[in-house]
Amino acid sequence: MKKKVLTVDDSRTIRNMLLVTLNNAGFETVQAEDGVEGLEVLEDANPDVIVTDINMPRLDGFGFIEGVRRNEKYRAVPILVLTTESDAEKKNRARQAGATGWIVKPFDPAKLIDAIERVTA
Amino acid sequence: MDMNEIKEIFFQECEEQLAELESGLLKLNDGDRDPETVNAVFRAVHSIKGGAGAFGLDDLVAFAHVFETTLDCVRSNRLEPTPDVLKVMLKSADVLADLTNAARDGGYVDEARSRTLVKELEALANGETPAPAVRASEPAPAVAAPAPSDDSGFQPIPFSFDSFDDDEPAVDAVTYEISFRPRRELYTKGNEAALLLRDLSRIGEMTINCDADTLPAFDKMDPEEAYFTWTIELGTAKGEDDIRTVFEFAEWDCDLEIKEVSAAAPADERPMIPVPFDLSALDEGDTASGTASPSVNVAAEVVAAAETATSVSKMAAAAARVESKEASAASTAAAQNAAAAAAAGQTIRVDLDRVDRLINLVGELVINQAMLSQSVIENDTTGSSSINMGLEELQQLTREIQDSVMAIRAQPVKPVFQRMSRIVREVADMVGKSIRLVTEGENTEVDKTVIDKLAEPLTHMIRNAVDHGVETPEKRQAAGKDPEGTIKLTAKHRSGRILIELQDDGAGINRERVKQKAIDNDLIAADANLSDEEIDNLIFMPGFSTADKISDISGRGVGMDVVKRSIQALGGRISISSRPGHGSTFTMSLPLTLAVLDGMVVTVAGQTLVVPLTAIVETLQPEAASIHSFGANQRLISIRDSFCPLVDVGRILNFRATQANPVEGVALLVESEGGGQRALMVDAIQGQRQVVIKSLEANYTHVPGIAAATILGDGRVALILDVDAVVAASRGQSLKPEVSLAATG
Repeated sequence: MKKKVLTVDDSRTIRNMLLVTLNNAGFETVQAEDGVEGLEVLEDANPDVIVTDINMPRLDGFGFIEGVRRNEKYRAVPILVLTTESDAEKKNRARQAGATGWIVKPFDPAKLIDAIERVTA
Repeated sequence: MDMNEIKEIFFQECEEQLAELESGLLKLNDGDRDPETVNAVFRAVHSIKGGAGAFGLDDLVAFAHVFETTLDCVRSNRLEPTPDVLKVMLKSADVLADLTNAARDGGYVDEARSRTLVKELEALANGETPAPAVRASEPAPAVAAPAPSDDSGFQPIPFSFDSFDDDEPAVDAVTYEISFRPRRELYTKGNEAALLLRDLSRIGEMTINCDADTLPAFDKMDPEEAYFTWTIELGTAKGEDDIRTVFEFAEWDCDLEIKEVSAAAPADERPMIPVPFDLSALDEGDTASGTASPSVNVAAEVVAAAETATSVSKMAAAAARVESKEASAASTAAAQNAAAAAAAGQTIRVDLDRVDRLINLVGELVINQAMLSQSVIENDTTGSSSINMGLEELQQLTREIQDSVMAIRAQPVKPVFQRMSRIVREVADMVGKSIRLVTEGENTEVDKTVIDKLAEPLTHMIRNAVDHGVETPEKRQAAGKDPEGTIKLTAKHRSGRILIELQDDGAGINRERVKQKAIDNDLIAADANLSDEEIDNLIFMPGFSTADKISDISGRGVGMDVVKRSIQALGGRISISSRPGHGSTFTMSLPLTLAVLDGMVVTVAGQTLVVPLTAIVETLQPEAASIHSFGANQRLISIRDSFCPLVDVGRILNFRATQANPVEGVALLVESEGGGQRALMVDAIQGQRQVVIKSLEANYTHVPGIAAATILGDGRVALILDVDAVVAASRGQSLKPEVSLAATG
């Protein structure tokens, strides 16, 4: 069965790139534009893995990750943080919020797929 | 969708982000200290950087990065957004826009300027915080490289003689002993020991031992706790870094030791039980039980533990549900707010081609409907049949459809106005003036084509206003004015047109100089007696330039005459009013759309013409008594105690050789730009109707005195009169027909 990825990113460019990359790699993709929408679609999407940006309007990536972890059903879903923030502090905050791993931008399809495969069975 | 399409989306998004960035910075400049404004500004730059990185647009990334770092200082309150700071940031926003354009289609980037700004931004970021802290955000300098490498382009290549000394190849496998003890947090963050071990197995041959000594008795076991320690012996050609990479996501949540061991100690002499690691177990699904091999005793317990975990988690879920009710109440409210906000600005993106196609089709529909009405009228003399009533409804519906379709193309003038603020900044900077741009009515909507074509003339006018209109701070101070000049740009709707006003509080037009210049340039006779208004309007004449010195900014060979022509090409009018010492105001009146026009259909020498209704002030039937001859063949008509030149359209357009008798025709009183009134003589008025504009240039060729063409209800082509050109021609500036008009009839 196809694995399902929920992506959360406010940039239309990145959303499209994620979509193309993930579809090409044989994933099913559900997309949200920010943390709030991400949490809204979470139940219906029922993803195997989540890829999220950090800097977003309304609800940022940290808040979104915390929200997912609070959800009993999805608290163990792997969450990858897709962000340009490579500095330790941001990474640490994301981890404290419950992120599983991260993909440092610039967006590279190979890195993305590799990271997703690392955290999914 | 391919990468090129995504790139196009990226550039579209960049434009939005740049607009967001600029309006955010301007808000900050006005004293807005809402953290969300700063966040939005930061996000805009961040987002551009993110996308640019994906497309390998390194220049853009590098600049955005420095900019972002400085914005981050503002965001974290380490840097106060003072006017000086914002000035640098606004300039940086401009450079960012240039870099974006350059990345899109190779536009020009002032590299020196961008380098200066990088330095200024870095200085700002360093200003408040101790220097070393911010240094970290810069790309690390190539410390290791020997100094000359920078100059010569010589790249030192790491080279080791070891590989020669060794008998065996350098890629020979090394055995590592890895001790891996996951902590509970590893699992709560969605990591999975089994997956890490799987990944490890992919980089070499390995043997895994599981130490389950700490596993408590079943009744004391916490299903979410981590109890096992794994010892892995890995033979791999890869280095320790690759092993660490496997644990990259997990290294905080586990105890990890990696040791390189000599091949001396064979695995079977080690005290632990070897666990054959079976990858296929993972594919069967249940990772928790799959981790431990069936050959180990513990496995059964693990499975049991996993089952317990399931039931425990069910209870937890029930408890969580209670909690989440409260949480969801709060989040529902938040969601509703968000939804309301989203509803306000809900948009879809549509390809402009599709809209244009729709507009064209509606245009055809309007023509078709008119033709249908016409033939019904011709064939149905009673005029009261149900067909007639149906037609009327059809007409109304068509009109509504047309309006709605036009509304799709309507866009706020905001983007153009925003671009102007940059121009004011840059030009003011260049000429050493301090000028504030105030905009009003940015949300006034007008057809996209009009907006697109408005940018150029407006840019030129703004440049002029900054360069020539507003005085230097010293002069302003001497005149008792605020040293900071103000340019006001206003847009508003007025009777079916859009009115754009550009007002400066500068010195106003120097009429003495303008007149002298016009005389010097042979534009007017030396003894010409001109009103103030007429002098002001001289600046629109071709070949007129007031600047004593041709400056870099507005003296680019483009005069106000070009501005006027571009406005006229849009079916618009431009006029100026000026008060010495108080400044000048340029007023542009433009049609809301270029696709349709309300016109008066008239007959001139047997030809059907359409006169734009917006130009007509009133229509009247001249009486013989009100016509006065004046000079050789000039005639005036007296209207309510004032005289107005009479213009025979048929004569001007060369439809006929001699002037028609005014008493047999109708006079259309029109107002041309510059405020002057003229009475246009036509033979008869056929009616008033909305016509779809068909470009004459696109289908035929430009004809002087004619703005465009249209198709009437009976299928005939009618020409739309260019009122301003006709009026200008009547002043003696003859129409120079490239094509004889008689041929077009």
